[in-house]
Amino acid sequence: MTTTVFKKTRGLTDVPFTYCPGCTHGIIHRLVAEVLEELELLDTAVGIASVGCSVMSYEFFNCDMIQAAHGRAPAVATGVKRTHPDKTVFTYQGDGDMASIGAAEIVHAAHRSENITVIFVNNAIYGMTGGQMAPTTLPGHVTTTSPFGRDTTLQGEPIRMSEMLSTIPGSYYIERVTVIDPVSVRKAKTAIKKAFQAQKDKKGFSMIEVLSTCNVGWGVTPLDALKQIKNDMIPYYPLGVYKDKGANQ
Amino acid sequence: MAKQLMKGNEAIAKAAIVAGCRAYFGYPITPQNELCEYMAKYMRSSGGVFVQAESEVAAINMVYGAAASGALSMTSSSSPGIALKQEGISYCAGAELPALIVSVSRGGPGLGGILPSQGDYNQATRGGGNGDYHVPVFAPASIQEAASLVRKGLIVAAKYRNPVMVLADGVIGQMMEPVELDPNPIDIEAFPWAADGNSGVRPRNIVNSLHLDVDDLENHNKHLQAKYRAIEENETMWEEYKMDDAEYMFVAYGTPSRITKSAVDELRSEGVKVGLLRPISLWPFPYEVIHRFSKKMKFIFVAELSSGQMLVDVKLAVGYDTPVHFYGRMGGNIFEPLELVAEFKKHQEVLGQ
Ligand SMILES: Cc1ncc(C[n+]2csc(CCOP(=O)(O)OP(=O)(O)O)c2C)c(N)n1
Ligand code: SF4
Ligand SMILES: [Mg+2]
Repeated sequence: MTTTVFKKTRGLTDVPFTYCPGCTHGIIHRLVAEVLEELELLDTAVGIASVGCSVMSYEFFNCDMIQAAHGRAPAVATGVKRTHPDKTVFTYQGDGDMASIGAAEIVHAAHRSENITVIFVNNAIYGMTGGQMAPTTLPGHVTTTSPFGRDTTLQGEPIRMSEMLSTIPGSYYIERVTVIDPVSVRKAKTAIKKAFQAQKDKKGFSMIEVLSTCNVGWGVTPLDALKQIKNDMIPYYPLGVYKDKGANQ
Repeated sequence: MAKQLMKGNEAIAKAAIVAGCRAYFGYPITPQNELCEYMAKYMRSSGGVFVQAESEVAAINMVYGAAASGALSMTSSSSPGIALKQEGISYCAGAELPALIVSVSRGGPGLGGILPSQGDYNQATRGGGNGDYHVPVFAPASIQEAASLVRKGLIVAAKYRNPVMVLADGVIGQMMEPVELDPNPIDIEAFPWAADGNSGVRPRNIVNSLHLDVDDLENHNKHLQAKYRAIEENETMWEEYKMDDAEYMFVAYGTPSRITKSAVDELRSEGVKVGLLRPISLWPFPYEVIHRFSKKMKFIFVAELSSGQMLVDVKLAVGYDTPVHFYGRMGGNIFEPLELVAEFKKHQEVLGQ
């Protein structure tokens, strides 16, 4: 007798990922896809691909997809969700896309408590354009536009989006996770499921921030990139639930 | 629907709702606020969506999302706000999304002023978004025509899967006139390409403007260009006023064309054979008809509330054989009929007639 112990989720197409080997964008894709399938939301979902390494995600998620201008995914998602309130609408955005050029759009989507789910992939760098500094880049870190390391007196301290958005009355569920080992991957999936469930229950704005690697942009091996998240990123960006309006209900 | 006295901005909003527009996204700016406010008041009770966006950038991207998922949607703004929408308009053109953008223009550059101007002709017809794209631009000269062109704009947008702009000067937005609306919603088929969350019952849909492969992008551009040629063929609109025996031709659009008509009437009463050609579609521009008439004219006189932006298109249409003269006011100043008559006569004198 044979039993299936693992199979690829129907939430992903068969198109090969365009991500660098070692990049954790792919793991996050799989988790989102599995959750959509498991919650039976896939066939009625509309995903918004942002501008960044994940721009091609419209090729990967096996549901209706819309590609948005840089930073504007939450506004595009608003247009979709308001006109199709019964569909599942999610954005998949990088940290440059959301925390920099799209800061206004994400703040106001949360503020209006748009009933959408945001997957925020924070790799503390502009991956796609070749490793420039993002608002999320850690102090002292060398990037192509902070060649002497991020100087916080000139370039500011890194922005913590989960903390910031959790102060907005309209946000419903916000959690920061990572995907650096099996335990954290499992936790990330649970968080993503919670966020989509909140949308299904029409609770309002939910966001999962995932600390993700950019081994190529950081100039380290994939293994060292995972260590870097643990040793450098998590201390500045602590994991955990930042907003859960339903917790006491 | 019975004739009613309406402010231009409200007539535009009501015409859009009655025609079947079901989503409006906007941001306040004078002189188009009444349009946004009318939508706030009536869109939801009409079964539609109203969102006051955080910026014009967000508003046009909400339109992009609504349109991508198949909703007939629109936004409106005025000059500095339209400047901010250009990125989104380019994306709509690239992804081939129907959308209506109403521009009630004011004086510029920069914050400029809030009084009527036609300084946004280039902004509307050439756009500021990136890439080889076109947006049909319809310019009404009355409230009635504004309502009709809003309806027409939605039809053209849906038919060609392209953003369309109605460019109204501030006079149209603020003035009151009697208007009769077509009570019937426009007849559009469902959009089979829409990413509306139905991948369970059909192959999944993707709305996108990214084409990394060079040949793919060139072919996409060729496809767009073929569409633009069809729009030029089918959607060019103009009005001819007393042109049958004309020896001189005014060219003016929007509200200033009505002042120009009075100048034509005044000159006609003095025996001057003069007429007016009024472009209604600014893109596609009525090059051919202007070229045809120009051959019979002693000169052509372009009147605009700008330093001469449409003038360039008229000159393109005319070529070098007939003189083209220009008179314009700026800053919110509006010329009067006798001002145009006096300017016209100066050029006549030079001709020795
Ligand atoms: C308006 C605009 N500005 C700049 C760019 C160039 N650009 C493409 S991707 C990107 C950065 C994306 O970084 P991030 O959102 O962090 O995604 P990542 O690639 O790191 O996953 C930039 C600046 C663009 N496409 N559009
Ligand atoms: S550049 Fe960085 S974020 Fe982009 S795919 Fe490569 S590793 Fe991943
Ligand atoms: Mg990034």
